[in-house]
Amino acid sequence: MLQGNDGPVPASWMASDFDAYPQQGRSYVVDIPHRHKYRMGSCGIAGCINTDGSMISGSKIEKMITTMGERENGLGAGFVCYGLFPDYADEYCLQVLYESDQSRAGLEEYLSDRAYIIKDEKVKTVAVPTMKPPFPLVWRYFIRPKTNTESFWRKGLDEEDYMVHMVMQINQADNGAFCVSSGKNMAVFKGSGYAKEIAQFYDIGRYKGNMWLSHSRFPTNSPGWWAGSHPISILDWSICHNGEITSYGVNKKLVEMAGYKCSLLTDSEVITYLWDLLVRRHGLPIPAASFAMAPWYYKDIDRLDEQLRQLALQLRITYKEAFLNGPFSILVGRSEPNVTMIALADRKKLRPLVMGVSEDGNSVFAASEECAIKAVQKDAETWAPKAGNPVVVRLGEGIVRRGTEAPFQGVRL
Amino acid sequence: MSVQTVVRLPEKYRPVVDHELCLRCKKCVRACSYEVLEFKDDRIRPKPGCVACLRCVYECPAQCITVKEMEPQFAHHAVFDPVLRRSIIAQSNSGGVLLSSCGANVEYMDIFSHLLLDAAQVTNPSIDPLREPVETRTYLGRRPGKVTVTDDGRIDLQSSSTPLVVMDMPIMIGHISLGSISYNAQAALFQAASELNIVAGTGEGGLHADFYKHSKNLCAEVASGRFGVTSHYLKEVSSVEIKIGQGAKPGHGGHLPGEKVQELVSQTRMIPLGTDALSPYPHHDIYSIEDLQQLISVLKESTEYQVPVGVKIAAVHNVGAIASGIVRAGADFITVDGLRGGTGSAPRVIRDHAGMPIEIAISAVDQRLQEEGLRDKVTLCASGSIRSAADMIKCIALGADVVGVCTAAMIAMGCTVCQQCHRGMCTWGIATQRQDLVGRLQTPVAAQRVVNLFRAWNEELKEMLGAMGIDSVESLVGNRDRLRYIGPNPRIAEILGVKHSGEGWG
Ligand code: SF4
Ligand code: SF4
Ligand code: SF4
Repeated sequence: MLQGNDGPVPASWMASDFDAYPQQGRSYVVDIPHRHKYRMGSCGIAGCINTDGSMISGSKIEKMITTMGERENGLGAGFVCYGLFPDYADEYCLQVLYESDQSRAGLEEYLSDRAYIIKDEKVKTVAVPTMKPPFPLVWRYFIRPKTNTESFWRKGLDEEDYMVHMVMQINQADNGAFCVSSGKNMAVFKGSGYAKEIAQFYDIGRYKGNMWLSHSRFPTNSPGWWAGSHPISILDWSICHNGEITSYGVNKKLVEMAGYKCSLLTDSEVITYLWDLLVRRHGLPIPAASFAMAPWYYKDIDRLDEQLRQLALQLRITYKEAFLNGPFSILVGRSEPNVTMIALADRKKLRPLVMGVSEDGNSVFAASEECAIKAVQKDAETWAPKAGNPVVVRLGEGIVRRGTEAPFQGVRL
Repeated sequence: MSVQTVVRLPEKYRPVVDHELCLRCKKCVRACSYEVLEFKDDRIRPKPGCVACLRCVYECPAQCITVKEMEPQFAHHAVFDPVLRRSIIAQSNSGGVLLSSCGANVEYMDIFSHLLLDAAQVTNPSIDPLREPVETRTYLGRRPGKVTVTDDGRIDLQSSSTPLVVMDMPIMIGHISLGSISYNAQAALFQAASELNIVAGTGEGGLHADFYKHSKNLCAEVASGRFGVTSHYLKEVSSVEIKIGQGAKPGHGGHLPGEKVQELVSQTRMIPLGTDALSPYPHHDIYSIEDLQQLISVLKESTEYQVPVGVKIAAVHNVGAIASGIVRAGADFITVDGLRGGTGSAPRVIRDHAGMPIEIAISAVDQRLQEEGLRDKVTLCASGSIRSAADMIKCIALGADVVGVCTAAMIAMGCTVCQQCHRGMCTWGIATQRQDLVGRLQTPVAAQRVVNLFRAWNEELKEMLGAMGIDSVESLVGNRDRLRYIGPNPRIAEILGVKHSGEGWG
């Protein structure tokens, strides 16, 4: 369990009102708006990875996502880059949105009690005239958790779970600070605006990495909350999600039992924690975890060979709360053990998902629409992964699964 | 010296015959086991004591009988209503505990009617179950919480496998013992369970030799009397349930009067003919949770860990904590039986005044088990007045994996809920052992009617799931997001963890 009393939390976090934007009263750019609990809608997703380890510029992913302009309405977009900090690859990189300098001071006090801050820097942001203020202050920390403190051992958590706990605590407090990503060798850049604007705001073209995922949204509710945009991230996991999970209440139960706190209250957040729980904590191979989230129908399971049928049934029954019902397509990023992209659609494939690979086989793409792929790689050979069948692409290994294989190919019994 | 204390009560119901139409066939006289009707002076004449079981109405070829509910004849009084006055008079007559049957007959808040379901619009597509699969398969038993993965990344199927019972719909026919109902009635319920591929409870009192053919669809009840419980029996059935309590009479045992213990029942229960079958209030080997743990282990040992072992409790105020103890004691499934649940015989004071409604109970258990990280280990079954597919769906959304149904299945077989089961004279041949009455229930017909009923409920479940954009029932279990409250007391909504109607998702 990750809950528990965690020693001193800076008093400034409890302040109800940071006077950061006096012209507007309380803004909810960073903290969770109080009456704002659930965001849903339709979206565009795109991703690209160079499996030979060569770098991809942010402008390429920007091109991909903005090609699908139909899929967004200016209420949120974001990017995540993997393989971004080779010099700090062993440190957790916290990318934080702040409402004010005061909230920054509060969080830094909290952090320095719990972690060694190896390096911190302001993330470059650029004024974009078309975007609506206020804008958050964005900061980046490379940290190593202090594992020799009482606060650490009293929780009985390993280092990664301790990081999860810290991020949950930061994001739950009404503290004017929101940690948008916390993994190694990766960072999330997101906010409220069109994908084009968010790309400009972060000057996304200045970053290079082995893999990018991005998201643009068409939410059906209110704008303005930067932290609520995608990708949603915890540790090195990040999720770009298009869809609406009709089983949200059930999935939430499972992740909450495992100690995660659903502070964003979006279905996408729950998906992120499910991946962390099933793959990192329970050790499931990716095809098995995907099967738990998008299981076959029983009538199809019953046709499998006995051993595979047993496996399928055990996954489906044991993880029935992990079953993501309703339409979705998701892109999942991870940096450990190696930079990996996973693409998965629901078991009926009610949301689009297209894959593409360059002629030389080194660049692999995923998107809601084929046009996003062709816009950056004219010669790409494209294919459609099957419903509920995961695509796995890994740095150094190439395409591990195309999303057309038998369900448990690659799972050892 | 004995004094004559009995005072006659005003009639509640009276059969009224249209003598113009009456054929004077006297079928109704034979139909009424309560001996309300007699044929005298060329006319059918009613005596007092009609219970409105409607058997005479059903049998009358001329359709000339109607049963009239009598106006309360007492002078109006707002506090001492007629029901209270009748009970007081009845008790002054007999000096005894008032017995009754079926579920609570008091208008305790029916919360199901204050809950509304959600449906999909625009942002996610609804599903037509006639075109696309909507799954209702449900498993009963313990779940391991996680699939075991070895250090070298292999999935170890062996070490996380548990005994499970598969059911084609999330419905279980509750425990109704042979004794409380007739052989034919129990045969019909078991046959229906086999045909539907669901589970039916045996009730207390063992299993008749003829019913072993249905054993794969049966859940054996181990109640405090332990009647008919042998290791052979336990090994044959699909699951075993320890009955601690029953919603209609929490804290109470069972009493099958000697008249009902005839040849058939005596053999099955393994007790002498004509003796009262008394099940103690508590199990006399369970005075604490540790004792329950031991009984669970004993039952698991004696069934060689091949069948899930569950525990049934009545919904009482601390039901959440009790359920969590039961999971820790090793139960594979828990049945929570609500206040309005049925019974073949119970003191009216308990039936109507102890416990809590199933809506609140199942929700409390689901939430408590979740808080303690145990909800993904057990199957939860909720029973106690699940009257329709709507109740079933709402109950699932409040946290039940499976619902237990008794009264509705009895109604399908002919029961009219006249609440006289405890008298053993059921005119429909259900809650009786009288040789002249049991033949009235024809097993194949009754079985088919139960099958029809639950097939219809399951179709309605699929329709509703589809409308919510959910294509498998497990994604509704405890999914309170898809429920809203619209009743008079928002505090109930809070306790259920359900938002008020009009509140969106954010
Ligand atoms: S058969 Fe039933 S309804 Fe008819 S008179 Fe007798 S008790 Fe009344
Ligand atoms: S069953 Fe009907 S028709 Fe026959 S005697 Fe009775 S009331 Fe008359
Ligand atoms: S089973 Fe028979 S006695 Fe009991 S309520 Fe139903 S009809 Fe009446």
